[in-house]
Amino acid sequence: MAVSSPFYNDDHESYREVIRAFVEAEVTPNVHQWDLDGVIPHEMYAKAGAIGFFGDGFDAEYGGHGQRDAINRLMMFQELSRSGSGGVVAALLSNYIGLPPIQKFGSDAIKAKVLPGCMSGDQIGALAITEPSGGSDVARIKTTAKRDGDHYVVNGSKTFITSGMRADWFTTAVRTGGEGPAGISMLVIPGDVEGLERTKLDKMGWLASDTATLYFDDCRVPVENLLGEENAGFSMIVNNFNAERIDLAAQSVQFARVCYDEALAWARERETFGKRLADHQVIRHKLVEMDRRINACQAWIELLAWRLNAGDDPVAEIAEAKVDATMTFEFCAREAAQILGGASYLRGDTVERLYREVRVQAIGGGSEEIMRDLASRQLGL
Amino acid sequence: MKQIPDPADPGALDPETRTLKRDVKLILDESDSYGVEMALQLVDAAGEGEVVLVSMAPNNERSGLSTALAMGAASATLISDPELIGSDALTTAKLLAKAIEPLGADLVIAGSESSDGYTGTVPEMIAALLDRPSVTAAKSIEVEGGAIKVQRQTDAGYDDVECPMPAVVSVTAGVVEPRYPSFKGIMAAKSKPVAEVGIADLGFDAGSVGWDGAGQDIVDVTEAPQREAGEIIEDDGESHLKIVEFLEGLKVI
Repeated sequence: MAVSSPFYNDDHESYREVIRAFVEAEVTPNVHQWDLDGVIPHEMYAKAGAIGFFGDGFDAEYGGHGQRDAINRLMMFQELSRSGSGGVVAALLSNYIGLPPIQKFGSDAIKAKVLPGCMSGDQIGALAITEPSGGSDVARIKTTAKRDGDHYVVNGSKTFITSGMRADWFTTAVRTGGEGPAGISMLVIPGDVEGLERTKLDKMGWLASDTATLYFDDCRVPVENLLGEENAGFSMIVNNFNAERIDLAAQSVQFARVCYDEALAWARERETFGKRLADHQVIRHKLVEMDRRINACQAWIELLAWRLNAGDDPVAEIAEAKVDATMTFEFCAREAAQILGGASYLRGDTVERLYREVRVQAIGGGSEEIMRDLASRQLGL
Repeated sequence: MKQIPDPADPGALDPETRTLKRDVKLILDESDSYGVEMALQLVDAAGEGEVVLVSMAPNNERSGLSTALAMGAASATLISDPELIGSDALTTAKLLAKAIEPLGADLVIAGSESSDGYTGTVPEMIAALLDRPSVTAAKSIEVEGGAIKVQRQTDAGYDDVECPMPAVVSVTAGVVEPRYPSFKGIMAAKSKPVAEVGIADLGFDAGSVGWDGAGQDIVDVTEAPQREAGEIIEDDGESHLKIVEFLEGLKVI
């Protein structure tokens, strides 16, 4: 494979070949059917687990890679995103938002209980932060966990939970103390706990991903499922969002690239007024404008991944990159739809699917507005 | 196992030698990936033993070997030597047999035929050179004691064949699902031993291999004819008769 970027070494390229072959054979041909089904087959987690898809940043003894490599992770998510289905990526991504707090802050006992099953893909991990009463304002969550002997008793609800209908483990933000960020803890709640009910949410996009509202009614969770110290959960949540955001940015740029590729192929093939669409200047400019924005975004997120690997913590830049990536995705989805015309309005078309998935990429993991605000505070404005 | 140019990016014939140019990155031949998978499954089922790869390739090329090592093979022998260019199937079999012999393998597994330049004869030649039983077109292999039970694919179904080990078995493409290498497998493959050997290491001299040792010469290569345009029949209500006539002409009905 030709050198694609100075950040990718031979190991990245070898693994890229595997993931590309896996995605082309196992994922891409099925994404429309999974949209219709409203879910990806559970066995896809095991298939992805077998090639180590969930392992970045997790200890080898629990089935992980034994290393955190932001470039490798970027490559993995972009290769999966070549399938043109955000729903598939979101479903598999739930492990990468639900499990890192367990790896970073969990006891050996909780890590041994949760991680091996999720790394192999036999089980599914999910993150449960957002509540019906508010999303971005995490410090005001209302779900409570009251200590009762060796257990916490959890009451409340969570919503927009990716993989919510069938996750085996929920890394959940709960209130164990007083008001505000200093009263929040992170608790790993088993999916089979008594008193948990789940309701499926129907969505505009990400149709292949099961999303749910969760209701906790006197759910008794062992105290050893607490991550780190009691009331120390807020910083864990903030820390976790950073990785999620660069993952979302990586996907968004790749989805923009898929839109571009679809539009380019169509523009070369389709003839109007006696010449190819690609021979009309107005169409050529659209394509170049898409390519220009995608290349700039791609270069930026690769640089940010490199900085993460170098030990830097570019919070503001990642927030900005997510905004740029989702705006580029939105632009490219629109322009691709304009170039494809009526074809992009038909269910089953890749651009039609991605067009519906723009909004969730621009809102999930922190909306563009919240991202700008976060960046402004980081920049000390 | 053979390493071949990526079929997705097919190479060209060298106009001088009239053979496929192989001076590019070579990948694990898909037809051999079934043999590798079958071997790995047999080791898994036995709970002991290991899979050792033997490959002959130009330019010490090992990308395809790396894939098979990442799938789970333990080590490899790579035969590579500039003198080998032009080697025919028999020379290839002789070199492979010589490299296989000291391994003391219970079972030698190969693909039925490679996907680039193929004769479909190398596994059987290896069996003859090593004086071992040869079973071809295997769709499944079961080890029982010192023998193997093989289901051998036929046009009508399959034959049940038994033979003692050590033996040489060629595996039909598509009978198992080759695993994808995992991240851990890729990282582990980097430190797995690959022994590189040349013709002298195997007791051959330059005159007995390559073009000089080949018992054949490629005299000419003719391109396959282009597909001709089909006949278009407008349906006037009677076109089914023309279809019948066409099929009768082909003697298929």
